[in-house]
Amino acid sequence: MSPMVVTLRDPPARRIDLSPLSPQRLQHLRREAIGRIPLQCGNRRYLLRDLFTLEGDDPGTLVIRNTGAILDGIGAFMRAGRIRVEGDAGDYVGLGMAGGSIDVHGDCGHWLGSAMTAGRIRVDGDCGDFAGGARPGERRGMAGGTLVIRGRAGDRLGERMRRGQILVTGSVGDYCGARMLAGTIAVMGQVGVAPGYGMHRGTLLLRQPATLTATFADCGVHELDYLRLLFAAWRELGHGGSAFADAGVRARRYVGDLATGGQGELLVPPD
Amino acid sequence: MNRHGIVIEDTFAEAFGMQATRVIITAPEPRWAREAAVSMTGFATSVIGCGVEAGIETELAPEATPDGRPGVSVLLFGMSTKAIGKQLEKRVGQCVLTSPGSAVYAGMSAGERVDLGRKLRYFGDGHQISKLIGARRYWRLPVMDGEFICEESTACTAAVGGGNFLVLARSQRQALRACERAVAAMRRLENVILPFPGGIVRSGSKVGSKYPALPASTNHLYCPTLRGVTDSRLAPEIGAVLEIVVNGLSDEDVRRALRVGIESACAAGRESGVERISAGNYGGKLGKFHFPLHEVMA
Repeated sequence: MSPMVVTLRDPPARRIDLSPLSPQRLQHLRREAIGRIPLQCGNRRYLLRDLFTLEGDDPGTLVIRNTGAILDGIGAFMRAGRIRVEGDAGDYVGLGMAGGSIDVHGDCGHWLGSAMTAGRIRVDGDCGDFAGGARPGERRGMAGGTLVIRGRAGDRLGERMRRGQILVTGSVGDYCGARMLAGTIAVMGQVGVAPGYGMHRGTLLLRQPATLTATFADCGVHELDYLRLLFAAWRELGHGGSAFADAGVRARRYVGDLATGGQGELLVPPD
Repeated sequence: MNRHGIVIEDTFAEAFGMQATRVIITAPEPRWAREAAVSMTGFATSVIGCGVEAGIETELAPEATPDGRPGVSVLLFGMSTKAIGKQLEKRVGQCVLTSPGSAVYAGMSAGERVDLGRKLRYFGDGHQISKLIGARRYWRLPVMDGEFICEESTACTAAVGGGNFLVLARSQRQALRACERAVAAMRRLENVILPFPGGIVRSGSKVGSKYPALPASTNHLYCPTLRGVTDSRLAPEIGAVLEIVVNGLSDEDVRRALRVGIESACAAGRESGVERISAGNYGGKLGKFHFPLHEVMA
């Protein structure tokens, strides 16, 4: 069996919601039936075959080609299988994802991995704001799984994140890990203003010096053995994870955000 | 049957079904992993009086442990998962948590779960931190030398306890030397422990006693000083009997350990003072697992 390849014919002017294309839904459908799946495009509905060409016969592995930032909801609510996006993707990639894996060989929009509970998303390029974060009206962001971003991430990465891991090889924007509830965020590059703003628990592992708010208390430099466990797991993620593992387990530990009675930890390189 | 001139009696060892778990203890140095493990497996020779039977299975190189530090693998055997859980909590709390630089992890993944750090975490007094890595949850407890890392739970599996053989020799010293050789060989095996001091038992027991309160008492049939007043199983030339008890994760593990142990005990021949190899049983009525010595050594 060969992967099912979905190729966008001509990029329309409006955004397309691809959330109906979850591998677990497609695997019980024949190709003709898949072609008849309705897709929302702006304020209109089209059949999938009107917008895309279909090849291959294994919807458990979905390849999306000729992509762009107008394709929203790729892999939303998927529970199993694989999706490979050969190019850029729009907003809500992996929204509510509960299993499987998504690889984006390009950039992503906002809300990447929002509300995901399990599975793995890897983005070779940059992503927008609120990756792993809570959408408006939601109390919690990402609640499990692993998000690997090899480029840069925008503002409010992992806001109100509840569980899971986010690894960013590049830099991140402002308010990284804001109001975080638990989980782990690791950043190799620079972070913007107020990392960990309002965080309750969880870990922010920074590999570059950062300017912290005054509401984080310096607890000194320590060798944290649990990082060995994290790094061992991250090495299996390939380049995006092993980069952190090479930096060692010694770190300066800050606890906060004390402004909200938080007991989160912010780890920065030792002096 | 004989081995190197030593008679292997046509009898069988009788063993029991138990539950077992494995934990991995690590530390910055091998010595401190071992110190914690020795402490944790102390007073754990028999479920009758200790609640659990425990021992060090093997020492682990850094690359074989979850956190990449030197470690020790410990096996605990109990009559139920509940009994194991109770002992595990006490022993990890008193002997591993307290040991410098230590951490403890599950050594089994499949089977019924028993708590490892689930309750111990409260020692952190609100400062404890949970980390879920993959499907495994760990607890970080702040302690005076840094952090104690403890996996939340470990798994239990069905196992076999009480496999044994008896070394009948002309003197106590000769029996002891033969058993020491057997223990050295058996301790190189995985999936088994020898829970008694140095792996050797000098006070083999029988079920029951003339005193109603006692569930077990001395195995008078094998006591050389009672040869003249009991229906002794000992020939006149036998001066001492020592027993090696082995617990394993499967009957095949126990069988292999018995074979290796008996072979080593007999390796020096009759000149070593060993006359016979026998085994302890209860007539086959109590234990689910039987290990006929002739079959084990075939």
